[in-house]
Amino acid sequence: MRKIISSLPFKGTEEQKQKLQAVIEEHKDMAGALMPVLQEAQEIYGYLPYEVQLMVAEGLNVPLEEVYGVVTFYSQFSLSPKGKYHISVCLGTACYVKGSGDILNKLSEILGIKSEECTPDGKFSLTACRCIGACGLAPVITINDDVYGRLTVDQVKDVLAKYE
Amino acid sequence: MYRSNVLVCGGTGCTSSNSPAVIEAMKAEIAKQGLEKEVCVVQTGCFGLCANGPVVVVYPEGSFYAGVTVDDVPEIVEEHLLKGRIVKRLLHVDEEADRDVLKSLNETNFYKYQHRVALRNCGVINPENIDEYIAMDGYAALGKVLTEMTQDEVIQVVLDSGIRGRGGAGFPTGLKWKFAKPNQADQKYVACNADEGDPGAFMDRSILEGDPHAVIEAMAIAGYAIGATKGYIYVRAEYPIAIHRLQVALKQAREYGLLGDNIFGTDFCFDLDLRFGAGAFVCGEETSLMTSIEGKRGEPRPRPPFPAVKGLFGKPTVLNNVETYANIPQIILKGADWFASMGNEKSKGTKVFALGGKINNTGLVEIPMGTPLSTIINDIGGGVTNGKKFKAAQTGGPSGGCIPAEHIDVPMDYDHLAEIGTMIGSGGLIVMDEDNCMVDIAKFFLDFTVDESCGKCTPCRVGTRRMYEILEKITSGKGEMEDLDKLEELAEYIKENSLCGLGQTAPNPVLSTLRYFRDEYIAHIVDKKCPAGVCKDLLTFTIDQDKCIGCGMCARNCPADAITRTDYIAPGHKLASFTIDASKCVKCSACIAGCKFNAISKK
Repeated sequence: MRKIISSLPFKGTEEQKQKLQAVIEEHKDMAGALMPVLQEAQEIYGYLPYEVQLMVAEGLNVPLEEVYGVVTFYSQFSLSPKGKYHISVCLGTACYVKGSGDILNKLSEILGIKSEECTPDGKFSLTACRCIGACGLAPVITINDDVYGRLTVDQVKDVLAKYE
Repeated sequence: MYRSNVLVCGGTGCTSSNSPAVIEAMKAEIAKQGLEKEVCVVQTGCFGLCANGPVVVVYPEGSFYAGVTVDDVPEIVEEHLLKGRIVKRLLHVDEEADRDVLKSLNETNFYKYQHRVALRNCGVINPENIDEYIAMDGYAALGKVLTEMTQDEVIQVVLDSGIRGRGGAGFPTGLKWKFAKPNQADQKYVACNADEGDPGAFMDRSILEGDPHAVIEAMAIAGYAIGATKGYIYVRAEYPIAIHRLQVALKQAREYGLLGDNIFGTDFCFDLDLRFGAGAFVCGEETSLMTSIEGKRGEPRPRPPFPAVKGLFGKPTVLNNVETYANIPQIILKGADWFASMGNEKSKGTKVFALGGKINNTGLVEIPMGTPLSTIINDIGGGVTNGKKFKAAQTGGPSGGCIPAEHIDVPMDYDHLAEIGTMIGSGGLIVMDEDNCMVDIAKFFLDFTVDESCGKCTPCRVGTRRMYEILEKITSGKGEMEDLDKLEELAEYIKENSLCGLGQTAPNPVLSTLRYFRDEYIAHIVDKKCPAGVCKDLLTFTIDQDKCIGCGMCARNCPADAITRTDYIAPGHKLASFTIDASKCVKCSACIAGCKFNAISKK
């Protein structure tokens, strides 16, 4: 999976750093600790920039290239920050045959960004995701924790308006 | 003791349809009426009928309310719970006439053909309460194996039951256990594959959400059988509700001493850890999954050595799928013969299918192996949506193929499906109608496998991409007949030479659609047409000059200013009709969506 690397400067805080150090300390002796630590690191920072990967590599005593290798392998790990509102469009089979591709195009058109990108004001980011398992409600999108099912192209604008 | 139980579905489908708000409103309304000591509200797992969620069932009557909103709650509480009058307008019925007959749940079409074994507790118990699981014979099977059975006896029962892996490959579960047991090691592992990556499948998610203890209990049984003391459940991070319920269940099981040291006062010690997948389809493959648990890039390893010899962290490991595990406690309690009596000769037991796509009753169904597809589509599923014609059902996701209308009576089991070029897979079943283009569907799955190929072996990494490019050429009208031969040749090469299951099965959707819908490929290549009207590059939008009343709605909707008024006024109309400039048209279909007179067509 192709990853887009953010060019925004890293703005981590001391508090985030301490949280991450605590996570590393807790997992240090566990077998296969790298993935769980990266997952928690992404919770803390919202994404996994170079600076965070370096902290994880040093903390767990694994080579940085191994950390980078894992981060770029899994689609869940992001190298660029997410918007305040993160939109995921399900492109699983059930949603696809019910037209979720058109919904993704419509969102892309309205927001002026492509999949895996973030609007310049940092408000919306857009991604196409694999099945979220709500196939009974296809087509489905999620905006942060809100789920919108049985969506039509015409409704997209109204849904977005709720987050203006 | 409560006189009434109100069960509200808390699965992902109904949660997305706002069932948590219904639960809150239900509790508040019941308290308002002073019924909180008489009526109990329970959040359960999935009932299966996700299309009509949120689902609420009131016992002892067994009234099945569908599509319940917060606004309906006061009526249910006042009428049904207080006055004992069933709210007929909210009942789920097959036909309007049934509304007054008050059929029980098991008499409705959606449920009457089903046989729930793996899903037996889903929609019945509160998955976050271990006592409810125990009340349904939960952990009795673990107690039985630990106190009454030897390791070999447990393996023999599983072997005799004939159960085969429910994750897709269909390998006999008992054999896997039998291979792992004699291997000596300082540590052995049991693992559960809950990385349900097939898009359009949600069987495993629903089991974990509705009955997490069944999986935990079965893993402990497997641990005892092969001599493992530690287990891992590898679950998709995209399933937050399932993860939460597993965490709750693990905590409760430890508190009750059903996980940990000296379980049931025996020498057997066993504990489980959760690991979260991070969105890689290849991690559903057993060796990739284990590599991922080890914290690495989830790339497959060559086999042999098989996991039973050298698996997780290089130790003997047994890995089974969620649904397989969910069957195990029942097999132990009711016996191998009971299990083997369901299904047919080579496929025993039941199978859960996630029914989706163009079908009326989307949701989760569990049927005996060998049930004809037509029963699932027409009876349980209530037929294709909008009265359209059934074209094909897709099974096995990106590894599987399609079942065309001519094979609609095929028995749904491992071998019959393999015969017609598809597979049972993990259980995703997507229904397609005449508006779906089969070449486009093949391209959709190839796009998926290209994206998800881990890149380790060349046939899969490069081969699937070349196949995708050929499909793109065909769907954009540039295909040639020899491309079909190239596709088939590449497909065979990729199947034979890929390292793992992902690559070995990736060409299946193409081969299967070529087998049954070759004429559609030819229409794209020779006639440069997409019969289903999906492939945009092959479509031309035209306005029927005699149907157009000249209202101008299409021109207003058009984002590309491609529609203009003509001089022609059709007989009987007052305004001049419109026409589409093909060179400007972006084929977005906005004009068709806006036209109330069916005057615009795409061909």
